[in-house]
Amino acid sequence: MIEKTLHGTQRYWMWVGFLFLLVVIGFVSYLVQLREGLGITGMGRDISWGLYIANFTFLVGIAASAVMVVLPYYLHNVKQFGKITILGEFLAVAAVVMTVLFIIVDLGQPSRVFNILLHPSPTSLLFWDMVVLSGYLLLNLFCGWYTLDAIDKEEAPPRWVKPLILISIPWAISIHTVTAFIFCGLSARPFWLTALLAPRFLASAFASGPALLILLCYGVQRFMNFDVGKDGIRKVALIVTYATVINLFFLLVELFTVFYSSIPDHMGHFIYLFKGTGGTGILSACMWFSLILLVCAIILLVRPETRHNERLLPWICGMVLVSIWIEKGLGLLIPGFIPTPLHEIVSYVPTVPEVLITVGIYGMGGLLVTLFFKIVVHVQISKAG
Amino acid sequence: MYDRGKIITGIILFVIVLLIPFLYNSFTGRAAYVPELTTGTSEKECVGPKAFMRTDHMKLLDVWKETAVRQGVRTYRAHNGKTYTISLSGTCIECHAQKEQFCDRCHDYAGITPKCWNCHVYEKVVRK
Amino acid sequence: MKRRDFLKIATLTLAGVSVKPLTNLFTKPALADISSQGTQRGLPQWVMVVDLDICGKKDECTDCIEACNRVHNIPLIKDSRHEVKWIWNAPFDSIFREQGFGRVHEEWPKKSVPVLCNHCENPPCVAVCPTKATWKREDGIVMMDYHRCIGCRYCVAACPYGARSFNWKDPRPYIKEIHRDFPTRTKGVVEKCNFCEERLARNLVPACVEACKEGGLIFGDIRKEDSMVRKILSTRLSIRRKPHLGTEPKVYYLL
Repeated sequence: MIEKTLHGTQRYWMWVGFLFLLVVIGFVSYLVQLREGLGITGMGRDISWGLYIANFTFLVGIAASAVMVVLPYYLHNVKQFGKITILGEFLAVAAVVMTVLFIIVDLGQPSRVFNILLHPSPTSLLFWDMVVLSGYLLLNLFCGWYTLDAIDKEEAPPRWVKPLILISIPWAISIHTVTAFIFCGLSARPFWLTALLAPRFLASAFASGPALLILLCYGVQRFMNFDVGKDGIRKVALIVTYATVINLFFLLVELFTVFYSSIPDHMGHFIYLFKGTGGTGILSACMWFSLILLVCAIILLVRPETRHNERLLPWICGMVLVSIWIEKGLGLLIPGFIPTPLHEIVSYVPTVPEVLITVGIYGMGGLLVTLFFKIVVHVQISKAG
Repeated sequence: MYDRGKIITGIILFVIVLLIPFLYNSFTGRAAYVPELTTGTSEKECVGPKAFMRTDHMKLLDVWKETAVRQGVRTYRAHNGKTYTISLSGTCIECHAQKEQFCDRCHDYAGITPKCWNCHVYEKVVRK
Repeated sequence: MKRRDFLKIATLTLAGVSVKPLTNLFTKPALADISSQGTQRGLPQWVMVVDLDICGKKDECTDCIEACNRVHNIPLIKDSRHEVKWIWNAPFDSIFREQGFGRVHEEWPKKSVPVLCNHCENPPCVAVCPTKATWKREDGIVMMDYHRCIGCRYCVAACPYGARSFNWKDPRPYIKEIHRDFPTRTKGVVEKCNFCEERLARNLVPACVEACKEGGLIFGDIRKEDSMVRKILSTRLSIRRKPHLGTEPKVYYLL
């Protein structure tokens, strides 16, 4: 089936070439980082995680969100998801590959990464993260591939595919819960120390992931002439609607607890995030922007007239994506570190190499999505009817 | 055989490319080159027998690393009954002070860059 | 018995029997047990005491800091983002803000206090390390293995005291004097105060303690009844940093 990626229009090759160029630029920047050390990024002693881990967190959510189309289709026979589910599974594969890449570029000694397996530490959430992410990658890769292969061969998929798909459903929940646990078990960082972090992660994942999936489905329709079905997209949009509302609710609930109890240590981080005390104020501006986007997206999503508007929906999904990328990315990471344990305010600005490496990894993800989707669409089109 | 000419030419080229390292050595006379080591000390005994150190000094250093860092034990009972302090910079380099004339000779020949020296201090790095 | 019933019972039994070992893997008290193990084996339990009555009397004194930096080949990096510090001075107000300081002399909030790794009884950094590159020894010292560290900086995020430094670049160019007795570190690994365990192995006190000529830093084995730390902690009031977090720091500050 891979041979289907080798034939395409000129536009296809230009797109692949562009993505490949991004990957090369990112890779060269990474070589510089390997030589000079992580000091070429904007991170520092006080803000020791930045753009890389921010994107990692966001992308684990995208990966986990595949469950939002897999579960209805396989457990509740929602036939409208017939053409979408497999796209969701391959999106999850690309997203997991990106999360792993973001972790690797964030490591100070990446050649030692297998120490995690040689010297397992079950008390460390990063150990469990490696376990569950690897498992999820394999699950989605095998299930997606062999399901597609079965469609290609016009047969039923192998018997072991169904149980694995069923396992992938709780597994998807687990990857994002483990990711949340990385943050919310740390007594040192009151901004993250909330039981609500895992539910918040899941809610924002189920908002941003399906939103991205809708955007990709529109892309596939426009550039590859493959229609996944209006009903399917509408149902996914409904999922995005509920998830964004719950996401906003969770945020408001957090704000109440923090500000009503008025513990200075806890409030300080939220005040920094929304007011930008002592900092440059850029982060707080972005956070307010994210909040406004979210509220606007919700208003547009809850009304069926706007939600069903096929010209408007891609833009709404874009708003959801940008909003959650800010809120769950740097909007989650930086306030976790500021004010520091010694109550200082420090600022973080990503550097050019850092951004280039990030863009390179997104390029790699885009490349994987393009190649996978090309295979899926060609198989589906050739076997349709 | 189809394309007999191309295939046989290809095989001959492949074998030649495979043998390039050996051909190079014999043409430049480097084949007989064996690294010359200056131990840098008049001490006749090392922490291990010479043959063992030659083949397995990296394994010994690994054991030393585990013993000193992870178990906190800093003494090593050698084959000759003597006790040495476990320390790359302290014990090994104490004798083999001129690392360029000893350690580096074989490492360069074999094309190895051990990362130990990124952290462990030797004479050239010492700065007072 | 049908095979299905047997499988059901066997699975339930396996699940039930593995509950305790699995929970053991995750429970934090395991870290505190290490010290009682060490005590049983006759190992010391190291504790540091900072006498705030003495420390800070000399204006801008950095004797302990300079000694540590010298003995451990610590780089001097001007860019505060890339600083590496094992022991440093910070204002009293930053260190003890959660506990407050009553209405004492006006200068106390600004008073300079040396801070370092607390070698907690319950170290959060040890719990989160994915490779066990940092671990708690039986004598209570929280150790670093620079060979194993992958530089993920999870421990930096987990430390409530900001005691850990990451090597954002190669430290060697920034070290004024490189001494042979202690390795430098390389870029990409985390480091912190180690209670001078390499000196303790030679029966020497930590470099900072030795450097303070006024006796502002006291170090010793809390198990021993006649140790200075035991005596002074039972006679004078002391506080520790962020006690509400349950980390049980082993650096005490005498008021």
